[in-house]
Amino acid sequence: MDVSLVNPFINATINVLETMAFVTVNAGKPYLKSDNTAVGDVTGILGLTGVANGTFAVTFEGKCILTIVSNMFGETMESLNEEIADAVGELTNMISGQARRELGESGRVFKAAIPSVVTGKNHSIRHYSDGPKIAIPFNTDGGNFTIEVCFER
Amino acid sequence: MDTSIKILIVDDFATMRRILKNILKQLGFKNLVEADDGTTAWEVLEGQSIDLIISDWNMPKMTGLELLKKVRADSRYSKVPFLMVTAEAQKQNVIEAVQAGVSNYVVKPFTAEAISDKLEKILR
Repeated sequence: MDVSLVNPFINATINVLETMAFVTVNAGKPYLKSDNTAVGDVTGILGLTGVANGTFAVTFEGKCILTIVSNMFGETMESLNEEIADAVGELTNMISGQARRELGESGRVFKAAIPSVVTGKNHSIRHYSDGPKIAIPFNTDGGNFTIEVCFER
Repeated sequence: MDTSIKILIVDDFATMRRILKNILKQLGFKNLVEADDGTTAWEVLEGQSIDLIISDWNMPKMTGLELLKKVRADSRYSKVPFLMVTAEAQKQNVIEAVQAGVSNYVVKPFTAEAISDKLEKILR
């Protein structure tokens, strides 16, 4: 997998959360993920096609996404419900769009599907590409989340 | 800006419709209607007098681009201002929307100021 495909997703994640949720995020060290278990309570995932095929996912701990969405809406959100799931879908959509914009500037054009959202403790994330799963953890004052990028070999 | 106008907000994500409504209300707009895709938006247009459409691009059933083309092709609505608010941020997307007759374009993520700025340009 071309690892230069990953940085735009990191940059996009930071930009989206700072702009829409006024949250400062700090990226941790990327690692190769060997299993399919999500590192959190709710995941947005979408497929990407273009110069390579792959998937992008973002998984939030419960308290983290509640803080983020509370900031986005300007009111306190207290439970992981359909509104939160919807917000995760839109965040996934926005991060993907920003990352694809940066990739497009270097001639690598991708299209994205409409995201799906999965919730629940220990839910699984299925990346359909056979390439390595690169996970990047982030921390915020409200909790942690992780993005995963997986493109075909 | 004339804040008495009726605005149709089109996005398949309720989150985005809510954020846009919040911003528009802060700007003084009160006459807001919603649709969750292009097909529903078209039904709203046929049933109500809409002064401005704010639409996402990627939606099921009918995309924002398809809605824009349909609006511009119909003499009843061809002059309705249309603001695309979308995560589709590549140059080719903007070109395509401009060629289809979009009034202005905002890329997600956006600030309230960005929305206000574009509305001022469209509505003056």
